[in-house]
Amino acid sequence: MAYLFHTEADRREMLASIGADSIRQIIDDQVPAAVQMHRPLDLPPAIGELNLESEMRRSAARNVSASSHVCFLGCGAYDHFVPAVVDEIASRGEYYTSYTPYQAEVSQGNLQVMFEYETLVTQLTGLGVSNASLYDGGSAATEGVLMALAAGKQRSKVITSDAVHPEYREILEAYLINIGAELIVVPSGDDGTSQAIIDAVDRDTACVLIQHPNFFGRLEDVAEICRATHAAGGLVVQSFDPISLGVIKRPGDLGVDIAVAEGQCLGNPLQFGGPYLGIMACREDLVRRLPGRIAGQTTDRRGKRCWVLTLQTREQHIRREKATSNICSNQTLLALRATVYLSLLGPHGLQETATHCVQKADYARRQLTELERFEAVHEGPIFKEFVVRDLADNVPALLAEAESRGVMAGVDLGRFSERYRDCFVVAVTEKRTRQEVDSLVGVLSEASVAKALS
Amino acid sequence: MTRDTSKLHYAETHEWVDVGDDGIATVGISAFAIEQLNDLVYMDLPEIGKQVQAGDEFGEVESVKAVSPLYSPVGGEIVEVHGDLPDNLDQLKDDPYDYGWIVKIKLGDEGLPESLMDLAAYEKQCSEAG
Repeated sequence: MAYLFHTEADRREMLASIGADSIRQIIDDQVPAAVQMHRPLDLPPAIGELNLESEMRRSAARNVSASSHVCFLGCGAYDHFVPAVVDEIASRGEYYTSYTPYQAEVSQGNLQVMFEYETLVTQLTGLGVSNASLYDGGSAATEGVLMALAAGKQRSKVITSDAVHPEYREILEAYLINIGAELIVVPSGDDGTSQAIIDAVDRDTACVLIQHPNFFGRLEDVAEICRATHAAGGLVVQSFDPISLGVIKRPGDLGVDIAVAEGQCLGNPLQFGGPYLGIMACREDLVRRLPGRIAGQTTDRRGKRCWVLTLQTREQHIRREKATSNICSNQTLLALRATVYLSLLGPHGLQETATHCVQKADYARRQLTELERFEAVHEGPIFKEFVVRDLADNVPALLAEAESRGVMAGVDLGRFSERYRDCFVVAVTEKRTRQEVDSLVGVLSEASVAKALS
Repeated sequence: MTRDTSKLHYAETHEWVDVGDDGIATVGISAFAIEQLNDLVYMDLPEIGKQVQAGDEFGEVESVKAVSPLYSPVGGEIVEVHGDLPDNLDQLKDDPYDYGWIVKIKLGDEGLPESLMDLAAYEKQCSEAG
């Protein structure tokens, strides 16, 4: 894109044509004096490009990242391996600015990517149809619930549990507060959350939102939740971990109606929290309620294969007051990366990746909870995350000390809930080596000695 | 059974109503409306038990041209929904008055709204619109 500048003469001409003396005057006319700052911004003086670059480098070097540290952070964003071919393909100029024009069919390459992405997501989830992606896992979960509420007509109850990501629930609350739906969050017990959810389901339940594997890394009894919810006439929305589907059953096979996910783990770097990728698929008969857009494959008038926007939420163009979603775009570049990643791995590669996660997480849990200071909060199978209780109840200091020694040991659960203030979540991806897990255990065990003395 | 279109009541918004002796109103959309809409691709139906007032939107029909709300010509409770209809929209087009019924509504106390038209008045409205 060209950089368009205007000269002082351009400015004078524009001001003259609207009859203003200066830009200052336009601001004074439009912005009440009470809200104006009346002083310059408190910024250091401008510096040259050479100095600026070294200043930026100095600042950037202070960042702590998954490249500088060994990363055991999880809770929705994970340090999975990103093969070089993902960057190679995604950085091609034709894809890198992947904004679809209003006549989307002009961009055949982008539409083909969306179509292939959707095909992979339907294969991954075992559901009939996928959209071309949403913004992130949290908004995808919310859109899944909004969709179920629209399908549920007069049903107004949404049931979820504290084992669903707290940030996803915050997004959901923010949406539901204005549409008259009732959100019920059931607490999880020691034996999981599934039974509590099932007990809460009634004839007024539009949907149940679950996360499986859940926020604590544990598995839910999804099939049983689906059976009970469907018996009451409601729908089940499952937030899943795409990598986990290499070893656990697909949402569609478990009876889930709408499956949503954070797709960052599929070939997308952590990049300090975003942009990420919202994945969303559903049963084919719910396709009209699926937000966003769906690319499809067809043939042109010469009989050649081509791609089109098959369905798009009409509400964004007409009848906006009826809209059940205000999603107007998607994350094509990140969806492309997920497409390349999934194509490269294939079903066997995904299974291998997932198996590594399970085995390494299990090893880390056993090693860590052998230390006197720590105990596992939950028993039973996990995928790649688990909750550890710090019996010394000093999680923030513990994690800070580990970080100072080059290990990002986990996410402090006290950030989200007072109930888990002495707990943290450890995530172990296929990238972590046995040596790295051992160093995590070593760093935390040494920290524990230091704390015990103090 | 074949419905006699001259015995039906019509709403300005192109729904027809057939009130049975049992106080149950059968509701559909007119052949004129279907012709105007062109090829139908989707229909969204309400749930049984929904209470509607005359003029309330109870569903919608989508054609290749537009999305149109379906307005209830009468007030009452929806007691039956033609669930197979959305999958057989071609048949709705061929047979709008018999196969093509959409919902059955148990009439509320206010009965039939006076604004409903007979066939002659409705045909006049259509010819003026057309």
